[in-house]
Amino acid sequence: MIVIRNARILGGEPRDILIANGLISEIGAGLGGDTVIEAEGLIALPGLVDLHTHLREPGREDAETVETGTRAAAMGGFTAVHAMANTSPVADTAGVVEQVWRRGQEAGHCDVHPVGAVTSGLEGKHLAELGAMADSQARVRVFSDDGKCVSDAVLMRRALEYVKAFDGVVAQHAQEPRLTEGAQLNEGEVSGRLGLTGWPAVAEEAIIARDCLLAAHVGSRLHVCHVSTAGSVEIIRWAKSKGWNVTAEVTPHHLLLTDSCAEASPVGPYNPIYKVNPPLRTHDDVAALREALADGTIDCVATDHAPHPVEDKETEWAAAAMGMIGLETALSVVQEAMVETGLLDWAGVADRMSVRPARIGRLAGQGLPLEPGSPANITLYDPAVRTPVDPTAMVSRSRNTPYEGLTLPGRVVATFLRGRPTVLDGKLV
Amino acid sequence: MKHLISAGDLSRDEALLILDTAEELARVSERSIKKLPTLRGRTVVNLFFEDSTRTRISFEAAAKRLSADVINFSAKGSSVSKGESLKDTALTLEAMGADAVVIRHGASGAPHRLANWVRGSVLNAGDGTHEHPTQALLDAFSMRQRLGRLDGLKVAIVGDILHSRVARSNVLLLSTLGAEVTLVAPPTLLPVSVERWPCQVSYDLDAVLPKADVVMMLRVQLERMNAAYFPSAREYSRRYGLDRDRFAKLHDDAIVMHPGPMNRGMEISAEVADSPRSTIVEQVGNGVTVRMAALYLLIGGENQ
Repeated sequence: MIVIRNARILGGEPRDILIANGLISEIGAGLGGDTVIEAEGLIALPGLVDLHTHLREPGREDAETVETGTRAAAMGGFTAVHAMANTSPVADTAGVVEQVWRRGQEAGHCDVHPVGAVTSGLEGKHLAELGAMADSQARVRVFSDDGKCVSDAVLMRRALEYVKAFDGVVAQHAQEPRLTEGAQLNEGEVSGRLGLTGWPAVAEEAIIARDCLLAAHVGSRLHVCHVSTAGSVEIIRWAKSKGWNVTAEVTPHHLLLTDSCAEASPVGPYNPIYKVNPPLRTHDDVAALREALADGTIDCVATDHAPHPVEDKETEWAAAAMGMIGLETALSVVQEAMVETGLLDWAGVADRMSVRPARIGRLAGQGLPLEPGSPANITLYDPAVRTPVDPTAMVSRSRNTPYEGLTLPGRVVATFLRGRPTVLDGKLV
Repeated sequence: MKHLISAGDLSRDEALLILDTAEELARVSERSIKKLPTLRGRTVVNLFFEDSTRTRISFEAAAKRLSADVINFSAKGSSVSKGESLKDTALTLEAMGADAVVIRHGASGAPHRLANWVRGSVLNAGDGTHEHPTQALLDAFSMRQRLGRLDGLKVAIVGDILHSRVARSNVLLLSTLGAEVTLVAPPTLLPVSVERWPCQVSYDLDAVLPKADVVMMLRVQLERMNAAYFPSAREYSRRYGLDRDRFAKLHDDAIVMHPGPMNRGMEISAEVADSPRSTIVEQVGNGVTVRMAALYLLIGGENQ
């Protein structure tokens, strides 16, 4: 039996949490146990759940593996991640998703829930065998061609309809392909000055609007990946006001960084460490995204953790890979962007980073309240420290963090997965 | 000045120093022996990832007239085409001890990236759709030579602004030097947020011409037509080409410029290009002297 002493559950008054048989057995004062973990000053959150993680295995084990990526997840306070389907081979069959799921079980740092591709090979032509993936051991419920948009309206409609049979959800990477050919950076003042091909907000917003209408038309569930613009927020707010079953996520980097990073940053202009898809947007977009996460229009934070080896980033901007890692810094960035600004309290953080993503992914044992009877998925977090971000200290196999040179608040001290510590004293167990 | 990557990095004094230095050096090129010993023992590398014979030759002539050793490194047929990264190429040049690297690259920002990896000075000879600062300097030099001033000069830049590194550098440099720039293009060939640039914008060439002291025509690439930026070459030419009738609307002292290479009959008619008020040929000669000035000021110091 483990007892966590004096933890502030969701930022409340200090309480003791007793863990037995993988469950929270008691919450109270002066509790005893075989192992005592002092948590004075630490906040206890339900284990974080990421709806959007690139673990890169199979195919790009030079960038990340299930083992290294789930270590990074545990270090970031996560107890479950959804592994995106754009691997090589693509996770578009029961065989591949079961392999990823099994590798997650073996690694044991957090639960790994594979996302299934919507279309075979992410080619946007034929539906993948969604039912077979849903019925597999991996029990896939989230389907996405992330990295590519399901741009064909008929195919998107069919996918939304088809997944209703097993309560699935289609997570759309909203990017109108013709409007974004060769796109490098948010289309705006900065892209114009830098001479980088623009990625216009309308290319995201047009797809989101279409998909909300399609989801309403067929009565299905739509999830919008990495919402990045103020206009997208307005469309999602409107869809929700209609009572349609639409959910959305925002990444930590879109809550903190803007396209101006490409022009002036601690690491010099045109540094592709800031190249990501969808691109970093403007201050107005960041403000709208924060507000939408606070009022619940955007349901959750998802990292879009996208590891890349050094050689894919140490290039000219146009040649560089898109994406940034984010598992190990997600909670700190959310504290900086949402808590320090007074937009969310810790109960709100738990809701947006654990409760709601678990619900969207239909994960039964995750995102539950910290109370007796719940699985002991717990993150202990120290919000009081501020430390400079050090890429070399990260456990992800890749180093492409955009936060180098910044000082961010908070630190994950411990993570428990069904009562078993995966991180203690800020180190992997 | 360590590098010359963006025209926007130049202060007014620095820009004028380059132009004044170029003026002095121009006198040298009128002598029978054109060579100066100024950069003897220095190495200038021309690193060209895109074909641009005229710009490369211009930089090469500039460096040689200052007695620098010149290494031409063309990406075609080199290890670069076998997949060597820009960084590895940079490290190779670094090992050769390049004092200056003149880089032409298809990717915007490549010179900025290069500057992270070499100790020598980086001169941007055109990067993607970003900038081409020595072109802007030679354009300013040519305007001052012909019209005697830059302050208050009304300059119209006409054509594919969206994809033009010449336009970006000229807007930045000319606004620093006090000229009033008006960009003229169909709306499809202007960047979004161009209204935040330090210049005016117009869709109507005929309205702009009577007031202009300088008209700079930009090359329009036909592949833009296929990407639906405009309906046809003929329509573009009719609305934005500088033909004889439009040329007649200019006041008597106004000059016509073009950074080359020209599409005669598309953005500029042959008789305008060949008229005495066209500076197109002298722009080429001025290119050498301005690049001499830039090289001299960047790597000619005694502390090198």
